[in-house]
Amino acid sequence: MKKVISVLLIGLLSACASQTTQPTAVEERPAAQAAAPAAAADPNLNPILTDPNNILSKRSVYYDYDSFVVKNEYRPLVQAHAQYLRDNAGARVLLQGNTDERGSREYNLALGQKRADSVKNAMTLSGAKDSQIEAVSLGEEKPRATGHDEASWAENRRTDIRYQGE
Amino acid sequence: MLKRFRQSSRHALIFLLWLVSTPLQAALDIEIFGGGATQIPIAIVPFADEEKLKQSVTAVVAADLQRSGLFRLVDSSGPALRDPRQIVYPDWKNRGAAALVIGSTVILPDGRVEVGFHLMDVAKQVQLIDHIVIVPADRLRAAAHQIADIIYERLTGDVGVFSTRIAYVVKQGNKYALQVADADGFNAQSIIEYSEPIISPAWSPDGTQIAYVSFENKKPVVYVQTLATRARKAVANFKGSNSAPAWSPDGKKLAVVLSLQGGSQIFLVNADGSGLQRLSQSSGIDTEPNFSPDGQSIIFTSDRGGSPQIYRMPVTGAASGTAERLTFEGSYNVSPQHSRDGKSFVFIHRTGTRFNVAVQDLATRQVQLLTDSRFDESPSPAPNDRMILYATEVKGRGILAVVSSDGKTRQELSMQAGDVREPAWGPLPRVR
Repeated sequence: MKKVISVLLIGLLSACASQTTQPTAVEERPAAQAAAPAAAADPNLNPILTDPNNILSKRSVYYDYDSFVVKNEYRPLVQAHAQYLRDNAGARVLLQGNTDERGSREYNLALGQKRADSVKNAMTLSGAKDSQIEAVSLGEEKPRATGHDEASWAENRRTDIRYQGE
Repeated sequence: MLKRFRQSSRHALIFLLWLVSTPLQAALDIEIFGGGATQIPIAIVPFADEEKLKQSVTAVVAADLQRSGLFRLVDSSGPALRDPRQIVYPDWKNRGAAALVIGSTVILPDGRVEVGFHLMDVAKQVQLIDHIVIVPADRLRAAAHQIADIIYERLTGDVGVFSTRIAYVVKQGNKYALQVADADGFNAQSIIEYSEPIISPAWSPDGTQIAYVSFENKKPVVYVQTLATRARKAVANFKGSNSAPAWSPDGKKLAVVLSLQGGSQIFLVNADGSGLQRLSQSSGIDTEPNFSPDGQSIIFTSDRGGSPQIYRMPVTGAASGTAERLTFEGSYNVSPQHSRDGKSFVFIHRTGTRFNVAVQDLATRQVQLLTDSRFDESPSPAPNDRMILYATEVKGRGILAVVSSDGKTRQELSMQAGDVREPAWGPLPRVR
């Protein structure tokens, strides 16, 4: 009965909604496909970074549940970016750590930071300079997959590599 | 007055509020579950001549008292009563009322409205309160909250919180708004709106400013915004992540969490962003700081023991290892907030796959679970500690809810659209 009343209420509210507060349906987007951060048309951005045939176009490192370890399968990717930074002293990257949606938003922000830091550490060990890298966290706030299941959560346990100008 | 009550066999009460009179801004439906055995039965007779007003006063008073979980509304049908001498006490006694509220409204020549009311003790047949409130015509809800506070305080001996405000974040599609509303969810106003996430709003102790975290610049940055002027300032925008603002009780400093020196660690900054000083010292995560009401200590979430638990350190800072661990039950205890009396703290406790609101007594360390839903977050105590506002989820949609401090009464407040989260209950108004 509660449900019926709530639906009735929402219906009534929708019927008399004003211009100021347009009700919109609860968001139910399909999981966004793994679009790399949109490479805006920055003429200074080295085209090698977005060449699909180059490993540098791969920008995401994925993690196991509750883990911050960069898995072996992502080592070549991280090392390739580290080498690019070493060879291009003017290049700068933003590493954005992400988590799934379960738990406290602020604690997840700190967990995402651990993920971004793990990539930063791997990059500096491979010769990139600390000053070229900023590791930050988006926590659970910018999910690439919006579902509430293990497949979506796995997609969101991730660090993204974004170059300055992207 | 347009007011509807429905009652299920389990005494769940659904209270639909004024669909016709104020459907546009407010639009909350409030569900009340349970209710203690000690509820005060109160009859609130619709005030004389209030049908001439744009907003029913008694409907708001009744809803406020009901939401507190401490009152039960008694049938008050019948003619309006202007004067206590018109009261037939045996009639109200037969209806089961222990307290009776009558009153009248007058539109003054200058357009303001005078609301006068009397609170009566039915058993003793004596007047407890005789009071007049005069407000501009567009402040009738505020007048009603004030009247509800006066009644609540007289009958419970506790401070009323119906005139306070709450802040929260609404996500609608890809838009995020930080909103401030009355404690009943009405009169919602957007403070800021962005296409990037906003989290962790925190009221300054005087209620004039809100600190929050915005992701508008590709990373989390802490801002302080003044409500009256909408002016805002980044108070923590260091390299790396900046988050989890918490005000010191004197409003002069903020505890924030920075990744500036590695890990996520708690720092102090002045409210204008100057004077950075590191407080916590661990190699991992120290976050979600919250000052004790006396300003002497900070409770926070840390993973230093292997799982997130709640710790306490003096506000002078703590070398690694000197913070005191407070929580020991379970492997996930986060988001601590002191009660306003400083004797306990509310937090989120995970049991299996459920995340629930819990309270722990600081002296006895006794823990009580207050909710049994699945995904509760961000508990925020009312200024009188009688209720706790928190975020929860119903069918994948974020809503706000309030639970009484004994866990017996639970209400869900849901906006008409969007995902609502990150609630923070504001302080008592400075001038009562």
